[in-house]
Amino acid sequence: MVTKFTFRIFKEIIKPPYQLKEVINQCYEIGIKALPLISVTGFIIGLVFTQQTRAPLESFGAESWLSNFMGIAIIKSLGPLITAILCAGKVSSGIGAELASMKVTEQIDAMEVSAINPFKFLVVNRVLATTIATVILMFFCSFTSLMGAYLNIYIGDHTSITNFYQGASSSIGFLDIVQAIFKSLIFGLTIGISGTFKGFNASKGTLGVGKAATQAVVLAMFMIFVETLVIDQLFNLIRIL
Amino acid sequence: MEKMTNQNEPVISIKGLHKSFGDLQVLKGVDFTLNKGENVAILGRSGMGKSVLIKIIIGLLKPDKGEVIALGKNIEDLNGSELDKLRTRIGFSFQNSALYDSMNLYQNIAFPLKMNNKRLSKKDIDLNVKRLLGAVGMMDKIDQMPAELSGGQKKRASIARTLILNPEIMLYDEPTAGLDPKTSTEINNMINKVQHQFDTSSIIITHDLTCAKNTSDRIVILHDGKIVNEGTFNDVFNSEEEYLKDFYNYNFIK
Repeated sequence: MVTKFTFRIFKEIIKPPYQLKEVINQCYEIGIKALPLISVTGFIIGLVFTQQTRAPLESFGAESWLSNFMGIAIIKSLGPLITAILCAGKVSSGIGAELASMKVTEQIDAMEVSAINPFKFLVVNRVLATTIATVILMFFCSFTSLMGAYLNIYIGDHTSITNFYQGASSSIGFLDIVQAIFKSLIFGLTIGISGTFKGFNASKGTLGVGKAATQAVVLAMFMIFVETLVIDQLFNLIRIL
Repeated sequence: MEKMTNQNEPVISIKGLHKSFGDLQVLKGVDFTLNKGENVAILGRSGMGKSVLIKIIIGLLKPDKGEVIALGKNIEDLNGSELDKLRTRIGFSFQNSALYDSMNLYQNIAFPLKMNNKRLSKKDIDLNVKRLLGAVGMMDKIDQMPAELSGGQKKRASIARTLILNPEIMLYDEPTAGLDPKTSTEINNMINKVQHQFDTSSIIITHDLTCAKNTSDRIVILHDGKIVNEGTFNDVFNSEEEYLKDFYNYNFIK
């Protein structure tokens, strides 16, 4: 059923009319509302993760590698993953609850009888917006995580921002950036599909609204972890080739 | 008040309509015709399939068997875009109003027009929305959100929203359900006003006898999945059928 739903999304994406204005509206709604949460969480995780990593590296006398290590960890994994998990919790559940409540109160039927395609307007536009917004939010999250990491390194070692930047960026290649963007695209798509799928297919009644929100988060998070595993293996394979 | 109808020009024609949900057979062979300019009230107890019938007419539900011809088109033969075209000619007012929560009153009414007429200028949309809000007496609520409106105001807004596409047929699902007698009378008057001012033919699904009496040219009784009686209000309710007596006892009209 999810597969059929996903195929319908891709079919409707390429079919006119294109509702760019609504996609931008949704991007703004999703992006702006999640931005403070993602920025602050990213900063804290960068700070804490650096703190936790410092001790083991010091025991090997490798604390000078802390900037390099944090650069790899944040850009390749932490940034996309934290963004996706937070978006799954905030955005996917929000979309699930919103669409389920629209279904329960016959607002989706009201669109249909007004000759408006509710699938295109509510599902396709939200999935596109979530995908775009997740990639943008990932950059913010990675940036604030790096700032958190830098704060910890500065407090411990009084390293300048230039040295930190050189250390962090020296270990990051073009493929790592591609990997982060690709991951975020897939995660964003997953978050959008999970929320819209559970909301659009919610059973009628108020119980259905709560269920749709919860199931949207569970489905999105599970899929994100599976996808992380698959995408990381795929890029490792590309690096070997 | 005697209303003018055209008995020779059916706008909706239903033959042998059947619909089941699992083991529950809701419609068991409904035959029904709505003529141009006519208001017909379909009466029946809850769960008799009244709302199912109009949801089949608008294409929200598919019938198991039977034929629905609306404005000369057999709805079963229509593809997606043809069905959408037909839907712009049929207005559907929902029982719970179904206004879009995230939009204010202006946006709610403008939305179907914007989505169906991409080339319409903002000025034309403004003009149409304000004309309709004036017609339903809600110009002062133009910026309010649905949550800020009363039940009767929501019903009026819902009717305005369906009228924005200039439909030829109006389908009202329980227009007076949950409203006080004064507000119900206002809605009944509005249904009559819509029939005359916008030249529509209407099906009014209700179990409110006052609504049926004041808004319809003809009454149809749906009982146990079939149409069991039809005619003018007085003809139908002078009948001594047992199911009608039951129905009477729960209304104040007699």
